[in-house]
Amino acid sequence: MRSQLKPALILLLIFTALTGIAYPLVITGIAQLAFPAQANGSLIVQNGKVIGSQLIGQQFDDPKYFWGRLSATSPEPYNAASSSGSNLGPTNPALTSAVEARIQALRAADPSNTAPIPVDLVTSSGSGLDPDISVAAALYQVHRVAAARGLTDAQVQALVNQYIEDRQFGFLGEPRVNVLELNLALDNYKP
Amino acid sequence: MNPYSWFQLIFYFVVLFLLVKPLGFFMAHVYQGERTFLDPVFGPLERLIYRLGGVHADEEMNWKVYAIALMVFNVLGLLVVYGLQRVQGFLPLNPQSLGAVSPDSSWNTAVSFASNTNWQGYGGETTMSYLTQMMAMTVQNFVSAATGMAALAAMIRGIARHTTDKIGNFWVDLTRTVLYILLPLAFVLALALVSQGVVQTFSQYQTANLLQPITDASGKSVTTQTLAVGPAASQIAIKQLGTNGGGFFNTNSTHPFENPTPFSNFLEMLSILLIPAALCYTFGKMVGDTRQGWAILIAMTVIFVALLSVSVWTEQNGNPAIAKMGVDIQQSNINPGGNMEGKEVRFGVANSALWGAATTAASNGSVDSMHDSYMPLGGLIEMWLIHLGEVIYGGVGSGLYGMLAFVIVAVFVAGLMVGRTPEYLGKKIEAYEMKMASLILLIPVFTALVGTAIGVLTPAGQSSVLNPGPHGFSEILYAFSSASGNNGSAFAGLNANTPFYNTALGIIMFIARYWLMIPALAIGGSLARKKKVPASAGTLPTHTPLFIAWTIGVVIIVGALGFLPALALGPIVEHLMIFAH
Repeated sequence: MRSQLKPALILLLIFTALTGIAYPLVITGIAQLAFPAQANGSLIVQNGKVIGSQLIGQQFDDPKYFWGRLSATSPEPYNAASSSGSNLGPTNPALTSAVEARIQALRAADPSNTAPIPVDLVTSSGSGLDPDISVAAALYQVHRVAAARGLTDAQVQALVNQYIEDRQFGFLGEPRVNVLELNLALDNYKP
Repeated sequence: MNPYSWFQLIFYFVVLFLLVKPLGFFMAHVYQGERTFLDPVFGPLERLIYRLGGVHADEEMNWKVYAIALMVFNVLGLLVVYGLQRVQGFLPLNPQSLGAVSPDSSWNTAVSFASNTNWQGYGGETTMSYLTQMMAMTVQNFVSAATGMAALAAMIRGIARHTTDKIGNFWVDLTRTVLYILLPLAFVLALALVSQGVVQTFSQYQTANLLQPITDASGKSVTTQTLAVGPAASQIAIKQLGTNGGGFFNTNSTHPFENPTPFSNFLEMLSILLIPAALCYTFGKMVGDTRQGWAILIAMTVIFVALLSVSVWTEQNGNPAIAKMGVDIQQSNINPGGNMEGKEVRFGVANSALWGAATTAASNGSVDSMHDSYMPLGGLIEMWLIHLGEVIYGGVGSGLYGMLAFVIVAVFVAGLMVGRTPEYLGKKIEAYEMKMASLILLIPVFTALVGTAIGVLTPAGQSSVLNPGPHGFSEILYAFSSASGNNGSAFAGLNANTPFYNTALGIIMFIARYWLMIPALAIGGSLARKKKVPASAGTLPTHTPLFIAWTIGVVIIVGALGFLPALALGPIVEHLMIFAH
């Protein structure tokens, strides 16, 4: 056993230097040169201020904004310093009451809309930070947002269409709408 | 299931299988000590490492020396991971000023990463400094994966060779695995992931001004969002490739900075099964009959596809309790549908279920959706893939040596049935090999079930449960199964960062890693000493459809006998609660 101790110590030291220091440093160096925006969090900057990340959702509950997925992070939703899912099981009463509460909020904000609600709009994302909703979930909210902003449904619908992100390369993943980007576009919208 | 879901699943398998032969062929070269095209890059470094370490690369070891070298290296690594967590507050690269991790959590994490389990009781972005993530987690991601692959290479040599007691040199296998296989793959994958939006920076967490200010749980107004970042891509690449699975962030690859796009999701998912599947070809190549490797790969894939189908189907059908409330769970071109609780919109249902099956089949343990929120049968499939012994692809190295233990049992039982001395690849399978193979099969069953029993019966075990009813039982069963399979995924509602779970799961992860690996080396050592028996008319061929089906049967029977009663108390009861009326 003693004879293996020396190679064990030295190889552990070398691999720590190689895979624990050199490798992440080299990757960081190349990443910062080749993909600086992505490597630093795909930040959205307006007037010199960081107002979010393209990849990280924010909480919206004002009727004039599109709402995203439910977020189970604490103490506030969409806490990007402490990601978390709800981890509620399918038979947990807490799951159905969370869904029920979201349905009530959506219905209260737009009583005229009696369409079935797309499932992603009433469920929590895995990360608590999902930036996207499905196209169906965006379309469901068009009338409410338009009414709250004094726009026509057609105008808001056109904006949504503009922000639909197709499946990647035409076949990977799901078509979706980035909620923060769509809401930013709404705030900057001039009919 | 719409055509897009089908196409993505099929595309995944096509790409995976196209890569099996080239990578498997390359890895055979690495383990047979032959030159590869990477020699000009890493050859000098390899020789330098041997010189500094006093390693005599041409001196091979018998299985006992090999096991001792492996254990000394792993225990040392475990101590370093423990120590770094305890003192990270005094070390650099800690922009968030994170303090020492508790002793029980440090122990758990140290065993977890050294044993290639990567169970995480902690949340990455709130616990670990950048330095700890790099020098403890990332390093173990490389060397624990390399340890498993080295042990497999040694066992295969034992099968391939005859009348010798030498099965290779651990230091050489370790070094060549890291330099020629893991580092180059991780390098390419890490940069591909950054291009998709995975963060890779040493800067402190970013602050963003919220578009719409909100109030938190205590009624305080919140106007900013803190965005946790860090050197994530370099760690994520190797955690996927090395079947480690330990996330940089708390929610692992559901986190958009860890897995931002459908393409990053595809690459990370591909990396889960890539090396374990390719090692089957490596095995065939090294024993001089690639049909043997394909036979094992087909057996794994048949089980995997069957179970995956059930999972995709049940998740896409969704939760009737939610559908009843006026919610549209029908999949369409604009609606992912199904059970979206704990899933991300960009991945949808099919990709999440595919990841869930791959990560549990391969003892990876990373997640791109929350397993705790799966439908009962979806969660059952994930748990049962762990229960099958982590041999459906399995961990890098460990999956295949586990599967070879099943093959040995299959050969032995078949031999008994026809009354002939069982042989595998020209080696007689005798009592010693059967004892060792039985240890590999039965130890995880024992630790998972006894651990669950203790968890269920003690207040310390019960108090961590989040979900009521049979689902709470499933949370405990999943935790002990995950540790026993060195998987690392969780029903994460269970609060596992308690002294009870940290200690108990730590002990089980250690046993489940090394008490399986050492018997695997022992089998290699024992087979190496034997003479090769020439094949005769009475030899049972081990590459035929008949033998593949037989091996599948043995895997399924052991898994079912071990765990069906426990599963009946958890996910099966829960399934009946939802669908029985």
